[in-house]
Amino acid sequence: MDLTLAAFFAPFLAALAAPALVQSMRHHAAWVLAIVPALMFIHFAGFLPEISAGERITGGYAWVPSLNVTFSWLIDGLSLTFALLISGIGTLVVLYSGGYMKDHPMLGRFMSFILMFMGAMQGLVLSDSFFMFFVFWELTSITSFLLIGFKHEAERSRRAAMQALVVTGLGGLIMLAGLIFIWNITGVSSFSLLLSTGDLVRESPFYLAALILILGGAFTKSAQFPLHFWLPNAMEAPTPVSAYLHSATMVKAGVYLLMRTNPVLGETVAWETILPLFGGTTLLVGTLLAVRQSDLKLMLAYTTVASLGLLVMLTGFGSEKAIEGAVLYLVAHSLFKGCLFMVAGNVDHEAGTRDVTKLGGLMALMPVTFAAAMLAALSMGGLPPFAGFLAKEEIYYGIAKGDSWSMLVTAVAILGNALMFVIGFAVAIKPFMGKAVETPKHAHEAPVLMLAGPVVLAGMGLIAALFSGVFHTLISSPMASAVAGEPLTITISVIPHPGLALTLSLVTIALGVVLFLSLARLRAVMTALLDAIGWGPDKGFDQALAGLVVGATNLTRTLQNGRMEVYMTATFILLATLLLSVMAWFDEWPAMPAFPVLYIYEWAIVLIAAIGIIAVVLANNRLTAIVALGIQGFAVALLFMLMGAPDLSFTQFMVETLSVVILALAMTRLRLSPQDHRSRSQTLLDGSVGVACGTAFTMIMLGVLQSDFDPYLTTFFNEYSYTVAHGRNIVNVILVDFRGIDTFGEIGVVMVAGLAILALVRIIAKPAPSLRPHVPVTGTED
Amino acid sequence: MRTLIFRTITPYLSSLMMLYSIFVTLRGHNEPGGGFIGGLIAASALAIYGIACGVSPVRRAIHFHPMAISGFGLLVAAIAGMMSILVGVPFMTGLWWSPVIFGVEVKLSTPMLFDIGVYLVVLGSITSITLALEEREHD
Repeated sequence: MDLTLAAFFAPFLAALAAPALVQSMRHHAAWVLAIVPALMFIHFAGFLPEISAGERITGGYAWVPSLNVTFSWLIDGLSLTFALLISGIGTLVVLYSGGYMKDHPMLGRFMSFILMFMGAMQGLVLSDSFFMFFVFWELTSITSFLLIGFKHEAERSRRAAMQALVVTGLGGLIMLAGLIFIWNITGVSSFSLLLSTGDLVRESPFYLAALILILGGAFTKSAQFPLHFWLPNAMEAPTPVSAYLHSATMVKAGVYLLMRTNPVLGETVAWETILPLFGGTTLLVGTLLAVRQSDLKLMLAYTTVASLGLLVMLTGFGSEKAIEGAVLYLVAHSLFKGCLFMVAGNVDHEAGTRDVTKLGGLMALMPVTFAAAMLAALSMGGLPPFAGFLAKEEIYYGIAKGDSWSMLVTAVAILGNALMFVIGFAVAIKPFMGKAVETPKHAHEAPVLMLAGPVVLAGMGLIAALFSGVFHTLISSPMASAVAGEPLTITISVIPHPGLALTLSLVTIALGVVLFLSLARLRAVMTALLDAIGWGPDKGFDQALAGLVVGATNLTRTLQNGRMEVYMTATFILLATLLLSVMAWFDEWPAMPAFPVLYIYEWAIVLIAAIGIIAVVLANNRLTAIVALGIQGFAVALLFMLMGAPDLSFTQFMVETLSVVILALAMTRLRLSPQDHRSRSQTLLDGSVGVACGTAFTMIMLGVLQSDFDPYLTTFFNEYSYTVAHGRNIVNVILVDFRGIDTFGEIGVVMVAGLAILALVRIIAKPAPSLRPHVPVTGTED
Repeated sequence: MRTLIFRTITPYLSSLMMLYSIFVTLRGHNEPGGGFIGGLIAASALAIYGIACGVSPVRRAIHFHPMAISGFGLLVAAIAGMMSILVGVPFMTGLWWSPVIFGVEVKLSTPMLFDIGVYLVVLGSITSITLALEEREHD
């Protein structure tokens, strides 16, 4: 058994077992369930030596061989780092959830969702095949939907969950289109093969289309402005979810996709313009909106948006150092942001609120949480000796250049980083230092299940920086090489080297300190500004959704107005137009047929049919019309009989009989008035539509009969009907044997139609339910 | 509609039509006929019976709900198609079996079974419609 394959399915199996385990062990089940991600972490850590030696591991199985779809994985520096983050932080989050949701009655369901998400995310980053990647991508959207909507009694949770699903699900479909474009351009449908196609995609005329579609997926998933709004709303989810999905892992899937495709899509003008533009905007918007918040989780959520913007900006900047900076920042961010979310959760859990203005002086009561928060904030602020410092230095090395574009990007980065510094310390300091404030709950230190996560993550941020040599060799250099598509070696360490990068770091920190001291004023300014604008993409989402519902309602009301006459008139007009216009377009009108030579009794039957038709038209009573229609039908059946089609004639007789019976019954049943009440103009319109349809059918029948007759099928059935199918009645043999599957489908239709008519007949007329459009609740966040 | 003559003669007429519908269905493989036409004849027989004598006698006579007959027909047709699995040939391949009963060779086949399925589906669906239409609220 391949252990990597087992690692794909392990989280899903654990998710199946979780409810039962929680049932019997309550929150202690977290210790058992955490073994699964821990084992996955160990398994993937075993790949580190090979990967750091520059190897790439692929494996897999055929999945849908007929469509050339495989279940295959690709392990290189990029996917391995992600896999380690997912399983490592996943272990801590499972433990943390055990403490945070300790007495929640639905803990088992929650654990199950978290583990399912873990499996989906793991599959996403390890997938080699495009289709597998897409399946896991959508699976993360679905599990994220379940987790955001976990508190499903609350309307706001449901709205946030739906919003996240709509935005990321739509993005996923757009991305699929992009992947199919790439597949068509290159002819390969897996990342490992794609990476060796060189400039094929870049030189294709469809490059821009593929790029925009891929970016559509990446930007929705990674919450880039103006599609960032779903991420702060997703904070409705319990805090372990925010720590895991909405900071450390899932929202980085978009960045992962960009990094994965960088070697084949990157280094073009479009790439290096669009990505920094959107990334930079997201960075600034995210940090500015974060400043405005006073809820710990929302502050962190907006800085996550900002960090994702920074990562996108760096990925698209186009220098090796920028990529190295992005890689370091990605790892550092996962560590400190995961930690800070858990800290926010601890504060919320123990003190009963997470509003930063109602908290203070918790340091003495929650020393361990405070220590972890401080370590994480130092990393987030980019101070030595933490991983965040390494990242920030490398970023400035990468982007600080002489040209005006680089200077703009650098300025954006400095402002963004300074504001993130502010938020980091606001989260780490405001609740813990200063005057003790009366909190809703009497605060005390969190239990060990809830401390393991923040402490380990904060510690890792320190260890990674202190032992930067090992960290670079094992993690960051292989990852950067995979992103760049060529071997890169990262050398940055915690010992500051005087130079431009250090100067920029100092500027950032100085700016951060200044802004931190004026945080309250800044918040007031931002609030006033946003109130002045009064509109945001979140509101726009509601408006778009409401517009869609109203539009769909109006369209349905117009097309499906419930009036039978309109449907029938439309159908028959369309039919006549279609038949006549095709013949007119190709100028293939049938020739006038020769005058038929018939026996006298055949003429008599034709005459009867004609009399039937005239009687239908002239009848002033509906019942008479129905019976007259039957006369015409029987006459035609007789003609079939005389012309040598006994089966057809037989069927026609029966159908006519039953039609008359059923029509007459329906008329009495529905209590239709015996007379026809149509106005003269209506009669004229219906009459002309009828004549047009009749003419069109006559024309096409004549046309068909005048074309050359291919006797192939006649010969075939004549020859084989008896020899192969043992039947002399060719019509019936075709029905039940040669084309039996068609008949099978048809009798299925007959039965369903019967059921539908039965239901319609039985309906007692009720007033139709109103079609009022459902307008979703409006959120108050931006 | 419920005249004395009509009511008296209808049971005989309907029975004859039912018999005839079975005859038409079974001979369909070699002579004009088949399950579809047979089903229509049987449905007409029941419709006429219903018009003449009311819906309840018809429901009693056929015992099962007409829609159930229709569903059973679909099942029979599906089974006829799937018999081919037993001998390892593709779905819906015709299989023939000619046992000799009392010295007469009787040709049995899956297409025939299939045709019986068609007969039942058509009979059931149309009858359920006509009976529903014939039914009054007070029946």
